[in-house]
Amino acid sequence: MSDQRLDVKKTYKLLINGAFPRSESGRSYEVTSFKGAFLANVSQASRKDVRDAVVAARAAQTKWWAQSAYNRGQVIYRLAEMAESRREELSEHVSLAEGLKLKAARGAVARTIDRVVWYAGWTDKVAQVLGSSNPVAGPFFNFSVPVPSGVVGVVAEQDSSLEAFVDAVFAPIAVGNAVVVLASERRPTPSVLLGEMTATADFPGGVLNLLTGFTGELAPTLAAHEDVDGLDLAGVDESFADELALLGAGSIKRVLRPSPDDSPVRRLRAFIETSTVWHTIGQ
Amino acid sequence: MEYDPAPESPAIAHLQERYGLFIDGAFTDPAASETFASVNPANEQVLAYVTQASTADVDAAVTAARRAYETTWSKTTGAQRSKYLYRIARLIQERSRELAVVETLDNGKPIRESRDIDIPLAAAHFFYYAGWADKLDYAGFGPGPKPLGVAGQIIPWNFPLLMAAWKLAPALAAGNTCVLKPAETTPLSALVLAEILQQAELPAGVVNIVTGDGSTGAALVDHPDVNKIAFTGSTEVGRMIQRRVATSHKHLTLELGGKGANIVFEDAPVDEMIEGIIDGIFFNQGHVCCAGSRLLVQESVADEVLRRLLRRVDQLRVGDPLDKNTDVGAINSAAQLARIMELTAYGEEEGATRYTSSCTLPERGYWFAPTVFADVAQSHRIAREEIFGPVLSVLTFRTPEEAVAKANNTSYGLACGVWSEKGSRTLWVAERLRAGVVWANTYNRFDPSSPFGGVRESGFGREGGRHGLEAYLDV
Repeated sequence: MSDQRLDVKKTYKLLINGAFPRSESGRSYEVTSFKGAFLANVSQASRKDVRDAVVAARAAQTKWWAQSAYNRGQVIYRLAEMAESRREELSEHVSLAEGLKLKAARGAVARTIDRVVWYAGWTDKVAQVLGSSNPVAGPFFNFSVPVPSGVVGVVAEQDSSLEAFVDAVFAPIAVGNAVVVLASERRPTPSVLLGEMTATADFPGGVLNLLTGFTGELAPTLAAHEDVDGLDLAGVDESFADELALLGAGSIKRVLRPSPDDSPVRRLRAFIETSTVWHTIGQ
Repeated sequence: MEYDPAPESPAIAHLQERYGLFIDGAFTDPAASETFASVNPANEQVLAYVTQASTADVDAAVTAARRAYETTWSKTTGAQRSKYLYRIARLIQERSRELAVVETLDNGKPIRESRDIDIPLAAAHFFYYAGWADKLDYAGFGPGPKPLGVAGQIIPWNFPLLMAAWKLAPALAAGNTCVLKPAETTPLSALVLAEILQQAELPAGVVNIVTGDGSTGAALVDHPDVNKIAFTGSTEVGRMIQRRVATSHKHLTLELGGKGANIVFEDAPVDEMIEGIIDGIFFNQGHVCCAGSRLLVQESVADEVLRRLLRRVDQLRVGDPLDKNTDVGAINSAAQLARIMELTAYGEEEGATRYTSSCTLPERGYWFAPTVFADVAQSHRIAREEIFGPVLSVLTFRTPEEAVAKANNTSYGLACGVWSEKGSRTLWVAERLRAGVVWANTYNRFDPSSPFGGVRESGFGREGGRHGLEAYLDV
């Protein structure tokens, strides 16, 4: 008999409404490393899971937006703290998923965490940068503030397992949206790990909902869902993005098809609405 | 109380019999194309014949706009663009009386509104964006923001010239060239604007104006050399346009329908509030996407508000739009009148209580008496669908939470009103309303510096203010 310890293998589950369920469908699929070795069985979300996640996101968005911008910044910063102490684990997963040397993966994780910090700082700056006081001709105090679109559906990039994921997810969250994200189909484990960390960073359950599974099966449900306000189509090819954008038009969704040339603040602007208030001035 | 008639003279409009399309700085020959009549909705008389732009005409307009963009406009400095826009603003001011009469004849809106609101605001919009053209580096989009190219702009019939100004002024300031498609039933003021653009010596092709029906708009939306579509109109058509544009790389902004809630708390300033409700729904015959078409009244004051409201509705002067005393003019078209009649019939069928103004309506033309429905439930069609006419649905609420929930119980999100003397409550409500514009103790106010536009199925993008530039910049 060998004394060698048996590993405790991890089950990778969905993140819906702050809980970690398996798919309601009971399905899972096999994820391999970049080199083809077995990595994990990952929950394969169903269309019903997508709909459940949207319901959770809708409820959570109200709570998230009701918190002060300062507080939202602290919560996002807390995620950076959580990730910082687990950098090595994240790096190993990024390395396995993307086939990077560990050193390069560490660089990607470091940039990712710094990016989370960057978004933490945006929460209480957005209103000042994108809002305005408007000098209307008349006895009115008139101001415009950026408010979140509501629920944003994200199809995360397929190749970048963590770095691009953070931009797509935390830009809308920083400005007050709740997100339902379809993680990279073949490289989901780094983002699942980050999702788990949000549970210890005081995010209200449902602000970030993360689904693993088959993008081709799930994305149309997300794109057509009438209670989703915005769509980020980073992780699909041109023709599938066309199809999803067409579905999104059914309920006049804000659709972002990001490009590498985009300004870093384009994503911050993509899922906000400018709300303008006129109030009379008088004695 | 009766007033003697005080009509403005229709002769001031100086309308031509026939109008061509405005392409590449000149009018096409209307004799060479199919034309259709633009009718005065107040008496059903033909005002002028305008050209039905074909797909080939739209292509010629886009080609002219592209050429002007490449050869002229993109090489024109911001300071120069700015001065062209100032010229246009001034010319609108100079010809404001003529434009007001044209607008009232073609649209049916009271001269009081076209004279005091539509035309001055159109000029103000050009004046405002003129100042931005040479200051884009400081607009908050980073240094050297680039225009999009050729913008296709489709506008509605409710504020014909003002909507043209909302579309053209920011687009030109940002450095784009334009193809504008006015509404089928109200093309005339845009054609007068074309003359103004000639007087302003705007380079040929920078603005092209193509009149026609929906097929003209569709040709513009589908044209492969258009970089941007800006549309104002119904949610139904907006959805269709978003679908058509979804598989292209065209930029898109949509300003669509609404079902605005005007929320009245028991401590509201009464006289202002009654006027505000009237203005909210009967301004421009209710042909306003941001109209306060749902009145939400706190239960404790509902009877009193309704009583005073109905008394005021009865005093509205409905009739000749050219009469300076007229409050409510003609419905813009027979088709719109039919839609209003259809929806109001549902109002009675579904159990709401109908009050109709006792005013007498002219015999010819398209007319609908100001109407108020009480006892309306949230599920009624008149509480859910945009009527786009002088029809108000009255609902009640008890608590601020209930008011917010009812106001947000719609797929639209364009505008809302809040009436209360308690500032903290007003702001609490405003924060929770899902709407692009909230008017507190006022309604239906517009200003070129104030961003306007919707959330949810009322569309996306803003017009007005610094925010309005974003719709025409590649940022």
